[in-house]
Amino acid sequence: MREIKSSLEKRRLRGVRVISALSALSMIYFGVINAGKEKTTFGFVINSEWVIMKEWAISAATGARIFSALSILASIVAVMAYRKRSPIIVPSSIATFGIFMAFITWSASGKYIPFTGLLQGALLLAVPLVFGSMSGLICERSGVINIAIEGQLLASAFVSGVVASVTHNPFWGLLAAPIAGATISFLLATFAIKFSVDQVILGFVINVLVIGLTNFLYSKVLIPYQSTWNTSPTFGKIDIPILSKIPIIGPILFSQSIVVYLMYVIVGGITFALYKTKWGLRTRAIGEHPTAADTVGIDVNRLRFKNVMIAGLVAGVGGAYFTVGSVGSFGKEMTAGAGFIALAALIFGKWSPIGALLAALLFGFADNLQSTLTIIGVSIPSEFMLMAPYIATIIAVTGLVGRVRAPAADGIPYLRGGVH
Amino acid sequence: MSLELRGITKTFGLFTANDSIDLKVEAGKIHAILGENGAGKSTLMNIVYGLLKADSGEIFVDGKLQNISEPSDALSAGIGMVHQHFMLIPVFTVAENIVLGHEKIGKFGVLDIAAAREAIIKVSKDFGFSVDPDAIVETLPVGIQQKVEIIRALIYEAKVLILDEPTAVLTPQETDELLKTMQELKRKGTAIIFITHKLREVRAVADEITIIRRGKVIAAVSPSTSEGELASMMVGREVDLAPDRQEHEIGEPILVANNLSVRNVSGTEVVKKINFELRAGEVLAVAGVQGNGQSELARAIVNLEDHVEGSLLLDGHEIRGLSIYDSLHAGIAYIPESRELDGLVSSFSIAENLILDLHDQAPYASGINLSAKVVSEQAEKHVLEFDIRLQSVSDAVSTLSGGNKQKVVIARELSRPVKVLIASQPTRGLDVGSIEFVHERILGERDAGRGVLLFSTELDEVLALADRIAVMYRGEIIEIVDSNVSKEELGLLMAGVVNEKAVS
Repeated sequence: MREIKSSLEKRRLRGVRVISALSALSMIYFGVINAGKEKTTFGFVINSEWVIMKEWAISAATGARIFSALSILASIVAVMAYRKRSPIIVPSSIATFGIFMAFITWSASGKYIPFTGLLQGALLLAVPLVFGSMSGLICERSGVINIAIEGQLLASAFVSGVVASVTHNPFWGLLAAPIAGATISFLLATFAIKFSVDQVILGFVINVLVIGLTNFLYSKVLIPYQSTWNTSPTFGKIDIPILSKIPIIGPILFSQSIVVYLMYVIVGGITFALYKTKWGLRTRAIGEHPTAADTVGIDVNRLRFKNVMIAGLVAGVGGAYFTVGSVGSFGKEMTAGAGFIALAALIFGKWSPIGALLAALLFGFADNLQSTLTIIGVSIPSEFMLMAPYIATIIAVTGLVGRVRAPAADGIPYLRGGVH
Repeated sequence: MSLELRGITKTFGLFTANDSIDLKVEAGKIHAILGENGAGKSTLMNIVYGLLKADSGEIFVDGKLQNISEPSDALSAGIGMVHQHFMLIPVFTVAENIVLGHEKIGKFGVLDIAAAREAIIKVSKDFGFSVDPDAIVETLPVGIQQKVEIIRALIYEAKVLILDEPTAVLTPQETDELLKTMQELKRKGTAIIFITHKLREVRAVADEITIIRRGKVIAAVSPSTSEGELASMMVGREVDLAPDRQEHEIGEPILVANNLSVRNVSGTEVVKKINFELRAGEVLAVAGVQGNGQSELARAIVNLEDHVEGSLLLDGHEIRGLSIYDSLHAGIAYIPESRELDGLVSSFSIAENLILDLHDQAPYASGINLSAKVVSEQAEKHVLEFDIRLQSVSDAVSTLSGGNKQKVVIARELSRPVKVLIASQPTRGLDVGSIEFVHERILGERDAGRGVLLFSTELDEVLALADRIAVMYRGEIIEIVDSNVSKEELGLLMAGVVNEKAVS
């Protein structure tokens, strides 16, 4: 009799197969057929952290073989785990790491890779994505689709830049940004919840509105009067004593600006609140079955409104990162689709805060790897490199992520009249 | 505690759902409210529970006027409700569902559900339920989910418990258990409002019966009233509860299934190697509790399912794997489980819905044209033949009542040359009058020598119509029995208990 497999098993099987095939390919291509001939040097020190190893040089061929072997080994463990029906996420993650490392070692043959810097940059690129996906998370777990993350980020980037420029103080910028994010949220909440407008169309329209508005103000105000309106001071790095001295991890996680530390607090806080508090229980309830929540005395639309506003505040901090958190001045459409990638991270992360955080970090890493390799002059066309993050996403989504289920009432306006 | 309603009136536009309804429910009594669909029972209860606001009228609890405008008002007045569609969050645990709306906060703002867990265990013990407070609700059978709702009402000390059509989703055994629980609650002094249109249950447990028709209280009667009288009061005319089924010659096998298996989208085998023979001129009922593979089997016969194995012969020809269009034109008529979702295109007119299957054929179509004139003429004929009550055939089908919608589906399906009729839950949600009509039609097809495969979860319906009964349990036909089987035996079979005596 033919064995019948559930779709979940099929997906796990496909994941194991894809990872195993890629590991083998990596060994064959990076390690044998097209092996690098020179040494690859990894640099580990960027700040004043304690030095264990300053750099590590290895022949590109040997390095690629070692990492490919690691991933092949991990693939075998994954296959065995699959047979035993136990989780495959850890071995598959190790295998993925091995493939990435083999690729980096191979591609940087004869070059110097600032390894710590690569990861630090990945974290920085992920910061707005994390804030954006947290904004989306709070909305969607309560049943409101938030396509307007892009608009929230852009509006708050603009406002924080302008406020910080005028006041000459980045803190005022950081304070003004959430208000801008919440203003956009107010539009979203009012039309989505009070007037039951289609939330996808609404979010899209809000984005177009914000892009138009900021473009207009940028060209009419910020460019002509740049010194007054668009020269914002930025936050400096704060080294956390001792922690920032830990090799590799220290400079990546604990030598950052206040916005990044806020991100740790917000992700931790949302995780705790969503799963452990009354607010979280009610939020998840109205996103799954609002009628049921209503019948136990929860004011569904009020809580949704409140949550969409909170989401705006969170996205606002992410917007501030673009200006006062990094470059200091506002640029036309400077968010460049980060809001949409944040949305992808939210879905990729299965609507869970930690999942979305990891997804955002993966996107950030792939993005930074691409630019790092381009800068050190790797002979792969940069267009291919630009595709890398998305290819990684597709593989991860088809192979590794289990069943993805959105909150059941996501995007459906709640009207009590539907009860009778 | 007692609950009294005085002069409750509620209108939706021009439609009066409740017309100055008076009702009094006493502690320790089961008060049944009996009425057809759309009679206004649920509207009334949603008003009592604060989900809808009455245009006028007053609600008294223990003689005191209560202003109930939100469910929380009802809850604090001691009114609990078990809804027809369960009000539980499917992905939450039982305990999480119970604390929702009544959360207790512990240290550092952390939600405290330990107390709720204990309360669930205690109430479960008191009533002999076995409910695990940490089970995820969507993994529980509906009977248990309903118990979770009852436990919730009890934990929050409901003195008046409203049960809105609680037996619609239950197996006969679960129904009996529920009726026992209701009597237990009654003994402990709870006032119960029992909403239903099932006459047998009402007569079994009710202390008082109020009959509602078209938003008005028609009568308050005692449970000793006969089923026939109750039915005619509900409908407003004489109703024939037992359709007239003449014995006659059964013909040759017309639809034969051999080792038919169906897998659902996630790959689970939901119909497992089923064999049956449907003969011309017989009604073969497929009985079973909802979710035992009947829906998938019905859909598979019309080739609506993607993963089907085995063979399916219609009049000797293999039909498995045909397109849906070809299956229908090979001589299958199909009344789907959900007329709103699968049977009709809601926004299309009645006339258009009547020719969905024949729109590309003469006389409706010529070349690329669809003749609106022929379509509406044909519709008028169907309307007369099937007694469809409507304003105009060009109105959207969504304006019709449930019974009339079902008549549109039946009229359309029987207007093709038919060899076999597949009727899936054909009377679900219909009132007594429409049920009578549908039953007559089904027997009409049988008497005309066609095979009828009837999928139904209603025991009374199965017993009234079927010549033979196939019982499905977990994707298999566990028995095929004659229609003289007793209700108890059939109920046991539906619960998966194979009884030697029931084998025919």
